Order: sequence, then structure tokens, then C-alpha cells
Amino acid sequence: MTTKNEKIKNSPKEPVEMSGSEAMIRSLVAEGVDTIFGYPGGAIMPIYDALYDFGHHVKHVLVRHEQGAVHAAQGYARVSGKVGVCFATSGPGATNLITGIADAMIDSTPIICITGQVTSGLLGTDAFQESDVIGISMPITKWNYQITSAEEIPEAIAKAFYIASTGRPGPVLLDITKDAQFGKLQFAYEKCTKIRSYVPEFPTDKKHLKKAADLINEAKKPYLIYGQGILLSGAEKELLSFIEKTGMPAASTLLGISALQSDHPLNMGMLGMHGNYAPNIKTNECDVLIAVGMRFDDRVTGNINTYAKQAKVIHIEIDPAEIDKNIKTDVAIVGDAKHTLRLLTTLVEEKKHTAWVNEFLQSRQKEHDKVIVNDLTPTKPGLTMGEVVRLSTDLTDNKAVIVTDVGQNQMAAARYARFDQSRLWVTSGGLGTMGFGLPAAMGAKFGAPEKEVILFVGDGGIQMTIQELGTISQENLPVKIVILNNDFLGMVRQWQELFFEKRYSFTEITSPDFVKLASAYGIPGASVSDRKELETAMKEMINAKGPYLLEVKIEQEDNIFPMVPAGGTVSRCLLGADEL
Amino acid sequence: MRQEYIITAYTENHIGLLNRVTIIFTRRKVNIESLTVSESAIAGISKFTIVINEEKEKVVNIVKQIEKLIDVLKAFYHTNEEMIFQEIALYKVTTQALMDSDQIEKMIRSHNARILEITKEYTVIEKTGHKEETQALFEGLNQFGVLQFIRSGRIAITRSPVERLSEFLRERDALFTKMEAKAK
Repeated sequence: MTTKNEKIKNSPKEPVEMSGSEAMIRSLVAEGVDTIFGYPGGAIMPIYDALYDFGHHVKHVLVRHEQGAVHAAQGYARVSGKVGVCFATSGPGATNLITGIADAMIDSTPIICITGQVTSGLLGTDAFQESDVIGISMPITKWNYQITSAEEIPEAIAKAFYIASTGRPGPVLLDITKDAQFGKLQFAYEKCTKIRSYVPEFPTDKKHLKKAADLINEAKKPYLIYGQGILLSGAEKELLSFIEKTGMPAASTLLGISALQSDHPLNMGMLGMHGNYAPNIKTNECDVLIAVGMRFDDRVTGNINTYAKQAKVIHIEIDPAEIDKNIKTDVAIVGDAKHTLRLLTTLVEEKKHTAWVNEFLQSRQKEHDKVIVNDLTPTKPGLTMGEVVRLSTDLTDNKAVIVTDVGQNQMAAARYARFDQSRLWVTSGGLGTMGFGLPAAMGAKFGAPEKEVILFVGDGGIQMTIQELGTISQENLPVKIVILNNDFLGMVRQWQELFFEKRYSFTEITSPDFVKLASAYGIPGASVSDRKELETAMKEMINAKGPYLLEVKIEQEDNIFPMVPAGGTVSRCLLGADEL
Repeated sequence: MRQEYIITAYTENHIGLLNRVTIIFTRRKVNIESLTVSESAIAGISKFTIVINEEKEKVVNIVKQIEKLIDVLKAFYHTNEEMIFQEIALYKVTTQALMDSDQIEKMIRSHNARILEITKEYTVIEKTGHKEETQALFEGLNQFGVLQFIRSGRIAITRSPVERLSEFLRERDALFTKMEAKAK
């Protein structure tokens, strides 16, 4: 006897009559969806009912809040490279997704949010749990669409996947009325391969490519900066070949981390406000700046009027709207990083820029002596975030997925975690969403179950989405949670110290006993504050078969340096508060 | 330098797209001076004509953002000099005022306006032209009291000989064909 589950592997060739809800699930299965994060409610109940029969094909993870579902979908997408999917009901369910959708939009993360909606006849009547989620999510979705009849479902899903995953990826929201879920249709599924008003990737302009190659070949001090575009287009190898052939130093944006191995001799670290010293100051010393798959965020550029003015700027970017948006370019190549770098590598000459690379290394040494040495091998008794982070990647051979929340914990992790492979780094960049970490780590574990997933989160951020400990517990999901607890909203406190005369306005925060709390959820844990205990505690955490929570009490008033103060110039990258 | 620009966009005729287009302006706190949306020469494709007063740099950015919308085929921007454009205005005056002197009749003639409807109570006058022209007639007529006045958004066509949309659609077809060939 064949069960319903065995029959659904392939979408039917001949149309078959079924409900909209079943068609919805079958469409998702046809797109290769294996995991859905969600929370049921009135307006999405027919879909949940259909899902009940599909347990062998799709794993549904019941979160504790819809914000958890959307961040989990993001974490899943970031590590797996697949589209993350989440379900929520209408009204509050849908509005609870908004933060995560905005986060996915600004960080180009492919996710699809499916929200239930009141019956089409009730639209616009202020019905129970009705909210205009199409209107609300319009500015923060790559595309959204309201489905009001069952027949529209397969095509809408196909379009959603095509749009979310191609070109510059982004979030798509599909709002589906309850009558469309109940309605019948003749189901057949066909993937979307073309939308006439949408060109995901323009063909490479050969003239611009040649111009870029000429600039690079003539350059004495070329410098490549790269962003998440490398990861999104799978251009890790192309990036490597390009910098190795041209011998040029490279640095990453916050979201580009892990695209290039941490210990590659040409990897100079991270750009931006709390990035490394050399990558920042050399931006204003290079003669050709090649920016690949990044968007010149203000946290990267500081004051744009003093940014790389001396350099010829080449911008390789898939989204034409990013060209000349913040930084005026001399040569722009619209295209995906993988194809473009591959073509460009054939046109550039083999070079070594030893003296130039050495300049980077000298600057790195300066940062090392003034900052890194104190962060990684501190002499004071209080633990630093940096030493905790570095220990975790050392103990996992630089092969763990590192997820962060937002703030000092994030910057410490970005600076000190080491990566051996790509897609090991999950963080909320553009939106800077506190509360992102815990649910994103959960999603990351589902997206890469074979990898160790370690979360670094502050005592503030964890309390924003702490309810997801419930999900982790129910799933017995081996996520390793490290709370870097300094009893402060650390990054805001740092700014108050540096720019607001130490007026610590509402940044002192108390926490529950995290270990007891974890224990209440059935999650083992420990708390350390002594350096002598740290390594043993960290090993115990890593060796745990299931989830584990490690609270590390760290130095209360530590600051993250280097720092390019907001609106400052990248060539004035401060190595300590004394330089302010 | 801030000046008037005409943004035109060709889009699919989909629900909600007007909203998606206008929030691009709202987000940047740019006021829309005039907006017209109607079906283009090609069935199913709408044409937006939007007038704003802005600096060129911002206009370029906005046009790129519009073009980035999934349902937008193509967007352009032009200065007033690069386009031929018109607005239409309707004026309602009392028929009594028309009868009392020959002033209104002279104004209609000199402004190349025309009368659409006359009833015992009121007369409706129509004028097409640039904003300054429809405004001038309004001010003239208002000496006698204008009961109602309405002006449309701007419509505009380029001075180039071909409709840029058909040219664009041909290019896009070619692009897709090329992409499909490459994929195979």
C-alpha cells in the first residue's frame, strides 16, 4: 500500500484536483523545502491541517514567537544557501514577522514568509486578526503578493522562489486568504524561470571589464574589499584565484566574513566601524579599490566625503541600484561576483605586491600590539569577549558555524572568530537586530545539522528572544549558547562612555539566573567568571550532545576597539579611547 | 541644483504597484508634485508619469529604485526641456458671470480654452497647457469667481521619434533569448 507521503515525491504531471492548502504544501515540496519554521493560528489552520500529512517530507519547527520563526528561516538560509521558509497566521502573527523581514531585506537573505489571511470577503472590514500585511511589508520585501483564490497558489509559490533566490536575493511574503486555502484547484507544478519585468542578472559589459582589468594591471597599490555577494553567488574560489593571481590584499565587510579563509595570507580582516585597523586606513592609501558584492554601507565607509578619494574605484555588484548610490565609481560592472571575477581573472596579470602587502602587515602589527594582545591574552583578571570567542573557534578547528546577536558580542565575534570554510558566519548586519541571535542559531543548526553551531549573545539580546529556549528544548537541538554577560547593554554603554560623558542612561541591565532558566527548559548549562575555568567549561559545552548554555561573566566596562567613530574618516581608525 | 524632473515608468498593471512606487518617494521624503497612471499603448502595461522637484543625483537614485521593483519594466527621467507635456484643467463659473460681460468670452478665446457644458446655473470651461497657463486662466476667471477648479497630473511624451517602451521590449526579448541560449 502506498501512503499519501510516498506519492507526493514528484509533482503530478497531469493536473490533480486538491485543496489550496495541499497545493501549497506540495508546491513547497516541489521547490525542495525540507524545513519550515512557524506558528499556527486561525487564518492559517487549513495549511497546518494539510501539513499534518506531510511529516516525512517537511520538518515543521514550532517556534515560541513568530519573530523566532523568521530569524530561524534567515539562519537556515544563510548557512545552507537555500531559501528559508516560515509560516504565520494573520494579524499579530504576520506583524510579528516584520522585524525579521526587514532584516532579510537589508541583508539580502532569501526567505519566503507565508501568512494566513482572513477570508477574502472580509478583507478591509477590520475582521478579527486582520492586518494589511501586504501594505505593511511592502517597503521591506523584494516582492509580496496576496493570494485570494486556490488556482493562484502554484504560480505564486513558483514566482516567490524564483524572486527570493535569484539576482540579489531577498524576502518574499505571500499572504493567503483562508478561502483560498479551502478552495479547490487542478494542481500541477511548474517552476518559474522568467518574469518579463525582472532581470536577475545582466550580462557582463565586456568594455567595462576591460577597463577594470587595465586599472588593476597598472595599479601599484590595489586593494580588494568584498561583501556577502561572494557567498551569495558562491564565488569563494573565484575570489581566491583573483587575489592570488593579482597578489592583492583583501578585506571583508561584516557580512562577507568566512568567504575567504581567516588565515589566508592575503586576508587582512574586516572593514568598518569596528573592523581591523589596516583594512580601514589602507582604504585611503590604495590606488585602485575593487569592491565586490558589497554596498558601501555607512558603517564601512564612515564619512563618504573622505572615503578612498585618492583611489580609482571599481565596483562589481549584481544590483544596479547600488552603483554610485553611496560611493561614485570609476568603473562599474553590474553582474554576479562569480561570473565577473572569473572573467576578470583571465584579464589580469600575475603580480606580487610584496611591499604593499607588508604595509598592511605593519599596520596589523600595530593593532595587534595595542588591541589584540589585550583582548586575546589579557593580564587583568576580568575575562574579555575576544578570548572567549577565539577559544571557541580554536576548540572547533575553525569549522564551527558562529552565530551572533548584535552589539559588542557581535563585534568581538567578527574580530576574533576564525573560519576555515565559507558560510560559517551568521549575523544581523544592516538592520542590527538585537534578538536575532538565538532564533538564527536555531535555524542555522537545522540548515547545517552536521556542523557545530555556537551562538555568541549578550545579556541584553538574549532576553529579547529568550523564549526560543523552548523551541530548542522541544527539538533537543544541539545549539551551543554562549552568553557574554557584562550586566550592561555593552555597545550603548561604550558609546555613552566615549561620546556621552559616561552618562550611563538606562544601559545597566539585570538578568535572570541563566543557568537555572536553561535548566527549567531542560537545557544543561554552566556559568564561569574565572579564566582558569573557561577552557574546561567551553570543552564541556562543545562536547555536549544536545543544547547547552554557557554564561561567561566578562569584564563589565570593556570597549571594542579599533573604532571609526560614526561619520568619521576611515583613515582615523582609533586603537583606543586615548586616541579620541 | 533642484529642478523639475519628469519620471516615467512602464509597469505591469498589478494591484498595489502604485503603492510600491510611491513609497520610494515617501521614504526619501520627496514630494510628488504630480502623478498620472494609465494604460500605455501596449495592453497590460501601465505608464506612470511623476513630476518631482529634486537634485539630479537623487532623481537618478529614485529611478534605479523604481526600476528595481519586480513589476517595473523600465523607468526613465527627463528634464522638462526633453519632453512635450500637458496638463488639463477644468473651471466652473456661473453662467450669469459669462452673460454679464464679454470678459470671460475674451479670456476663453485668448487662452485657447473651450466650453464643455453650459447650464442655466454654471458653465464648465476646459483648458490644456502647462501649469503656468492653466494657472493664468484660473487667475483671470477668478476675478469673476470660479466655483470649482481641478487640474490633472502631467502627461508627457519624449521628443525622440520612437516610443522607448517598444524599443525596450525588443531589447529585453533579445536579452532573455540570449540568457536562455546560454543556460542551455
